[in-house]
Amino acid sequence: MTTTFAPPSRRPLRCYTATSARILRQLRADRRTVAMLLLVPTLLMALLYFVYHETPTMPGVPSLFDRVGISMLGILPFIVMFLITAIAMQRERTSGTLERLMTTPLSKLDLLGGYGTAFSVAAAAQAGLACLVSFWLLGLQAAGSAWLVLLIAVVDAVLGVALGLLASAFARTEFQAVQFMPLVVGPQFFLCGLLVPRDQLPRWLEIISDVLPLSYAVDALQEVSRHPGATAAMWRDLGIVAGFAAVALTLGAATLRRRTA
Amino acid sequence: MANSDSSPAITVEHLRVRRGGHEVLHDISLTVPAGSITGLLGPSGCGKTTLMRSIVGTQLIQAGSVRVLGDEAGSRGLRSRIGYVTQAPSIYDDLSVVENVSYFAALYGRDTKAVHAAIDQVGMTPHGRHRGNQLSGGQRTRVSLACALVADPELLVLDEPTVGLDPVLRAELWKQFHELAGQGRTLVVSSHVMDEAEHCDQLLLMRDGHLLAQLTPDKLRADTGETSLENAFLALITMGQPR
Repeated sequence: MTTTFAPPSRRPLRCYTATSARILRQLRADRRTVAMLLLVPTLLMALLYFVYHETPTMPGVPSLFDRVGISMLGILPFIVMFLITAIAMQRERTSGTLERLMTTPLSKLDLLGGYGTAFSVAAAAQAGLACLVSFWLLGLQAAGSAWLVLLIAVVDAVLGVALGLLASAFARTEFQAVQFMPLVVGPQFFLCGLLVPRDQLPRWLEIISDVLPLSYAVDALQEVSRHPGATAAMWRDLGIVAGFAAVALTLGAATLRRRTA
Repeated sequence: MANSDSSPAITVEHLRVRRGGHEVLHDISLTVPAGSITGLLGPSGCGKTTLMRSIVGTQLIQAGSVRVLGDEAGSRGLRSRIGYVTQAPSIYDDLSVVENVSYFAALYGRDTKAVHAAIDQVGMTPHGRHRGNQLSGGQRTRVSLACALVADPELLVLDEPTVGLDPVLRAELWKQFHELAGQGRTLVVSSHVMDEAEHCDQLLLMRDGHLLAQLTPDKLRADTGETSLENAFLALITMGQPR
């Protein structure tokens, strides 16, 4: 007797969309994480507002809150998404589900793309709320459009997701994954031009800052802060950030192994 | 009973695997007939899981070949034809039973009907809305099994699927395994409990990374002159001669 086995349906992107939806469902199941994800950057922006509230403002120069705040709108989603992604991926490894997924028709890019998409949706919501509150409640001023700030913030968050996925490949435990946060984010934060303008850094640090993606994210946001329209420099910087994210995702896929020892 | 073509579902030749600097599988050669249940038996740590990982294609191997359903183990075309259930239940704790099985169904391109059938098969329909972390160990094992059954695979590789289950459910699952084999599917089921061997058409007996014997339960009893399979396995070890 011959048995025929039902062929699976051939819907392209089926594995990718199912994975994105699955990760969003997992996120939704954890209400407290959703609440913190949405509120923490916004609350930090409010804190920043009060920190700079009584510092004197010089005429013709953007206030400290305007300068630092707009950069923070890009940096905070980057940090949060890096951390969440690195841990989520690490959980997938330790729970044995990754090994199982590697025996299914799911491709490595489906998996990483699914993580990238699901967390970028979360990041867009997070950055959206932070921008909304900053511009309309805390009176953050920028010469350019708030929509451009939101766009840059979301791309920064995607960069965080991509670097988080890549970092998780080098972490064997969740403790290690957490330690990658100061390691990856710390130098980028110090050198991105927020603490000291990049052209005032020692030459060798300036060179390093030139190859770190967060520098371009902050540069792009400063462009929006100073110029009324979207400048060519802003688009170039944003493109560089997106390029870094794409490279990190590809490297992440390359480090993911179906066969392990 | 047997498949129309008599070629084996799995052929392993001279397989060697090293893990953590020492060899854990030594020159394993075996065949698994299609449309039957093959029991992989041996004490914990004897290499059962490593052999199963080699079959599903997630294990790096040092030498030898593993061919599955006519293809190199781990090749892309096989991924929709094999269901693998890891020893520790690998499901998502923060998703419900239905959401877990639905996700794997989507990966394999199966529909909602298949999802409910798979959940029903493992007796988890009353718990469909419960989250993974609300389930007992045995229930998690069953959901993990449903995530493989939903794929409707030709080959099912099950790593200790009945550990920690109550006897009634264990009997039910073995009945289902026989039904699946009756449909022409091939099952490889590992266990460290010899009384499970009774349910299998063929046995692969392992110890310390060596394959001691490949035979039927009746042949094992006849060869060793023992009535209980547990004692027969012991006798085989003391005789110290493969086959």
